[in-house]
Amino acid sequence: MLYREAGQFKTSYAADQAIFPIPQDRYMLAGILAIAFGVVPFVLNDYWVNAILLPFLIYALAAIGLNILTGYCGQVSLGTGAFLAVGAYSSYKLMTGFPEMNMLVVFALAGLITAAVGLLFGLPSLRIKGFYLAVATLAAQFFIIWLFYKVPWFFNYNATGQITVPPRDLFGFRLTGPEAVPAVRYLVTLSIVAVLALAAKNMARGHVGRAWMAIRDMDIAAELIGIRPLRTKLLAFAVSSFYIGVAGAMMFAIYLGAAESGETFGIQQSFDVLFMIIIGGLGTVLGGFLGAAFLVLLPIGLEAVLVEGLGLSTNFAEHVKLILLGSLIIFFLIVEPHGLARLWQITKEKLRLWPFPH
Amino acid sequence: MTEFSFFIEAVLSGLMAGVMYSLVALGFVLIFKASGVFNFAQGVMALFAGLTLVGLLQGTIPFIHTNNPAFALPPWAAILVTVAVMVVLAILIERLMLRPLVNQEEIILFMATLGLAYVLEGAGDILWGSDVKVLDLGLPQGASDWMLDTFNIYVEKIEVVAAVTAGILVTVLAIFFQKTRIGRALRAVADDHQAALSVGISLSTIWIIVWSVAGIVALVAGIMWGAKSGIQFSLSLIALKALPVLILGGFTSIPGAIVGGLIIGVGEKLAEIYAGPYVGGAIENWFAYMLALVFLLFRPQGLFGEKIIERV
Repeated sequence: MLYREAGQFKTSYAADQAIFPIPQDRYMLAGILAIAFGVVPFVLNDYWVNAILLPFLIYALAAIGLNILTGYCGQVSLGTGAFLAVGAYSSYKLMTGFPEMNMLVVFALAGLITAAVGLLFGLPSLRIKGFYLAVATLAAQFFIIWLFYKVPWFFNYNATGQITVPPRDLFGFRLTGPEAVPAVRYLVTLSIVAVLALAAKNMARGHVGRAWMAIRDMDIAAELIGIRPLRTKLLAFAVSSFYIGVAGAMMFAIYLGAAESGETFGIQQSFDVLFMIIIGGLGTVLGGFLGAAFLVLLPIGLEAVLVEGLGLSTNFAEHVKLILLGSLIIFFLIVEPHGLARLWQITKEKLRLWPFPH
Repeated sequence: MTEFSFFIEAVLSGLMAGVMYSLVALGFVLIFKASGVFNFAQGVMALFAGLTLVGLLQGTIPFIHTNNPAFALPPWAAILVTVAVMVVLAILIERLMLRPLVNQEEIILFMATLGLAYVLEGAGDILWGSDVKVLDLGLPQGASDWMLDTFNIYVEKIEVVAAVTAGILVTVLAIFFQKTRIGRALRAVADDHQAALSVGISLSTIWIIVWSVAGIVALVAGIMWGAKSGIQFSLSLIALKALPVLILGGFTSIPGAIVGGLIIGVGEKLAEIYAGPYVGGAIENWFAYMLALVFLLFRPQGLFGEKIIERV
């Protein structure tokens, strides 16, 4: 009943091809956005922003980016950590090189630089497929991290090898650095993520997304019906890297404030983001958000239960957390290999008839 | 020391390191061939097997981590018990993870093995403690005097032992695969799951066997690496070292794993010595991947992999 579509007539092509064709979805999205923009900024505190909201939003953006490449276009990538690093380091170089530059421009340029790097490392995808490609993207991961560690130009020749964000304002509000206002950090991140997520949804719906999915489902067949593999795959690499680059720039500038190539953007990041899209759901934008929420909230929840609830020592709890996390991942893969987004879809199907299923 | 013997020494040491990589890559290939699973947990399996072995040798009490010499087993018994543990582990993996995931896409299975890696890592630490452990099986240590005296070349004894062990292991595996009934069944499953099922080969038995064999290979790799640098968390990272070996040699080829390992080992060593100083060193992290990537551009299926034939 909640999702009943009977009686919703579409009288134009535009209505039929809308991003959210069903009004219920539109209302719900509007509701969520209204709460996220209108209520949350007034009730949040420092802990919420740092521990939950910022990591959730930024990882969701990175997951959407990877989902474009892996979920929509079918190219498995394990180089996400490195692309996050490219975003972070290019935003650092831009911020220190051009102190007057608007932060939004910094984020956009960081994304574009990452897109260029992603394009470069996407070139082998034309010849290499499947797991061979996944391992090949590891080359990007290790090489780029090594580069940021070895070439002092990237961290402005400072002694620690770390990059630390300089304080910057956006429209008169302090956005980065230690004196940043939590609500501003949250709102800026939320706005960027919302706009980019909507853009991703839009792309996936149009001819670009369809070309990606055709390549994913069978690249030879896609080639035969006139889709150019070179352009399509490279576009997926570029767009995906752009998203991940923006996420990396925000992760460094807004969320963490400081970063070190190997520590912050190691191979673990790549796996974490890949987990997010697989648990969230491959080939859906919603999946990026659900997966990010799952993997950001789960460790916090487990920590709270194990350390505070059961009184285990932190060291022991760390290992138990690892076991539980691994088992939960396997469990979710067994129960619903198509991810949390699929569960939501099933729920929607049920809600269509609920509470009168016959 | 002359320039030439220095070069030979570098090549030899690269070859030995390559053998170590091959040992890990071998476990990957076995599982990938038989079940199409890209088993990322292979490195952690080596760590887990190593931890169990050391724990049994020292008589460590699980969960408590105190050593009680009364429970310490002699090396041969400890190795046997560890093999048994790896077999039980294989049965558990087949039951709890592979069977429910039958017919899923490759990437889902790959992710599941990543989850498995977390579980094993956590379990190993909880059972045996997470401190660095010394593995003392009485394997020879230090430099080989004979090589040093005769050719003036420095070679570690343990690396020679590893090379010999790897050679024996590969021979045994080759005979097992080519000559025995189970080996034939394994090859049948690797070839075509459906066809193998229809002639009466039990998939679950085969998977248990393959994962057990991979567990034993992991144990050997764990012993060799452990004897060289101690059993510690970093052991699980050798999986990352084995990946370029795999793509170089081809996922489905046992000789490929060996040759790939040797090429990567030597290439890495020579690059570190001759090219490393020009770019600031520490290139061994990514050089293997770049080398493999260049190879792949010319042979997308690896050196010895089966030719990829695509049909619409």
